[in-house]
Amino acid sequence: MSSRKLDKKVDSAFKFVGLAATLFGLVVLAALVVDVVSDGYHRLGWDFFTSFPSRKPEQAGIFSAWVGTIWIMITTAIFAIPLGIGSGIYMEEYAKRNRWTDFIEINIANLAGVPSVIYGILGLGVFIRLMHLDRSVLAGGLILALLILPVIILSTREALRSVPSSIREASYALGATKWQTIRHQVLPAGFGNILTGVILAMSRAIGETAPLITIGALTYIPFLPTNPVAFNKEIPYIHVSLQGFFDPFTVLPIQIFNWVSRPQKGFLADAAAGIIVLLTITLAMNAAAIYLRYKNQKRW
Amino acid sequence: MKQDVVIQIQGANSFYGKKQILKDVTLDIPAQTVTALMGPSGCGKSTLIRCFNRMNDLISNFRFEGKILYKGVDLYAKDVDITDLRREIGMVFQKPNPFPKSIYENVAYGVRIQGITDREFIDGVVEESLKKAALWEEVKDRLHESALSLSGGQQQRICIARALAVKPHVILFDEPCSALDPIATAKIEELITELKRNYTIIVVTHNTAQAARVSDFTAFLYLGDLIEFGPTARIFTVPQDKRTEEYLTGKFG
Ligand SMILES: Nc1ncnc2c1ncn2[C@@H]1O[C@H](COP(=O)(O)OP(=O)(O)OP(=O)(O)O)[C@@H](O)[C@H]1O
Ligand SMILES: [Mg+2]
Repeated sequence: MSSRKLDKKVDSAFKFVGLAATLFGLVVLAALVVDVVSDGYHRLGWDFFTSFPSRKPEQAGIFSAWVGTIWIMITTAIFAIPLGIGSGIYMEEYAKRNRWTDFIEINIANLAGVPSVIYGILGLGVFIRLMHLDRSVLAGGLILALLILPVIILSTREALRSVPSSIREASYALGATKWQTIRHQVLPAGFGNILTGVILAMSRAIGETAPLITIGALTYIPFLPTNPVAFNKEIPYIHVSLQGFFDPFTVLPIQIFNWVSRPQKGFLADAAAGIIVLLTITLAMNAAAIYLRYKNQKRW
Repeated sequence: MKQDVVIQIQGANSFYGKKQILKDVTLDIPAQTVTALMGPSGCGKSTLIRCFNRMNDLISNFRFEGKILYKGVDLYAKDVDITDLRREIGMVFQKPNPFPKSIYENVAYGVRIQGITDREFIDGVVEESLKKAALWEEVKDRLHESALSLSGGQQQRICIARALAVKPHVILFDEPCSALDPIATAKIEELITELKRNYTIIVVTHNTAQAARVSDFTAFLYLGDLIEFGPTARIFTVPQDKRTEEYLTGKFG
């Protein structure tokens, strides 16, 4: 009897501690958000998005930073999404289970937990020293692609595994080949969950600073990467260029990092405004991921 | 009455890893009839029926020894095209498993994967198959709604229509009613009796009353052995083996 009572006490104590811990987290987060918003909101305006960084805090903006973030994200997506989903499909559906694939599997799971600076150092060695890509959009995008590749592979596999085997059996029983079954049934059924994983991975990449600083991404960039498409008056009127991928870049978190490390007070407001923008993007992406996950749960 | 034989099972042994399930099963399945595979849970009914369309190939530690001849051709021969085989021998599963797509797409799928794109042709196949599955009247106005929005019994009939769409000769049913209520069950049973005019049907069931209602021939399996096989009327009135009699009178299983 007495042990029953003790259990009950432990139970309610645990509930209390859990609630307190959760509230603590929420309060700290709310305080941070309120602090950042009150510091930065007055800087948010059209000018802030269309101005390059400047020596004068009240004229500085995030034009090169958000454009750079888009360039980097597109580059990252180009490499990480097909590679990640492709490997995920291969490992889950085609690879034979043996010691070799077990070894690869464990290592991919481990890679997902490696600190991002390590990827920066790897990128510095491979993309910059070895391949001479310099501190370019391409180098930065490739590093972030490597960083999120394991996450995309793992979430693809998870998504495919959660497709019920009854769906596969039904497809095979109608004379479908393995590829037809994967292409027409398994992938569409797992698509929502794969997309969720991809969005979460991209939202992680968007906030990464460490690996880009490791390769020496510049913090003061008062220009944009070359436009991929330019129009002019002579035939053929349109000019396509990949030069942008080889141009230097900055991204939002690096710009923010640069501003907070300045002594002038004014730059702190710029930094806070930058944080608001970055937070909004990240939260929007996470909300999209949560919505997709919720929508997919209702299917089976 | 002399019956044409469609499937001949000759000395079938099957294993999951080292565990033997089917033990030297030999059996001839007559054409244009309903054959029931009956027996207590775990006796190997599903294992046997899944040999006919080689569904067991999907299980990595499965092994098969012996012969299964379909119209005289060994299903387990090396040069058999397994996708062709599965179009000849269709299957309906225990739990209704429509694809998470529209009713139309569910039925059209088997035709589409053969590379057929002719819109009118596919429309025709969908309508014809749904009619054969006694579902057309219920769904003709909502062909593009999700198949998952249908009731369990309707979903199972979608699965039957889907199987019919690829024009099989044999249809395998693995306990098609075990997830359905009595009314939906009666509908499926009626459908099975209707379909046997044009198809050879094999039904797994551990419901003896169902076997008696729908089948012309009954095979009784027990612990992987084929105990008895013959016309259903005879099996149910004068079983030759004591174990069959005990099963039919509900002493076990
Ligand atoms: N994938 C598998 N791996 C190992 N053993 C299996 C596998 N599938 C089935 N078995 C075993 O094989 C035996 C026969 O299974 P089977 O599914 O053929 O029985 P069943 O007659 O269809 O039973 P039920 O009426 O319960 O469906 C059972 O003992 C089962 O545990
Ligand atoms: Mg079974």
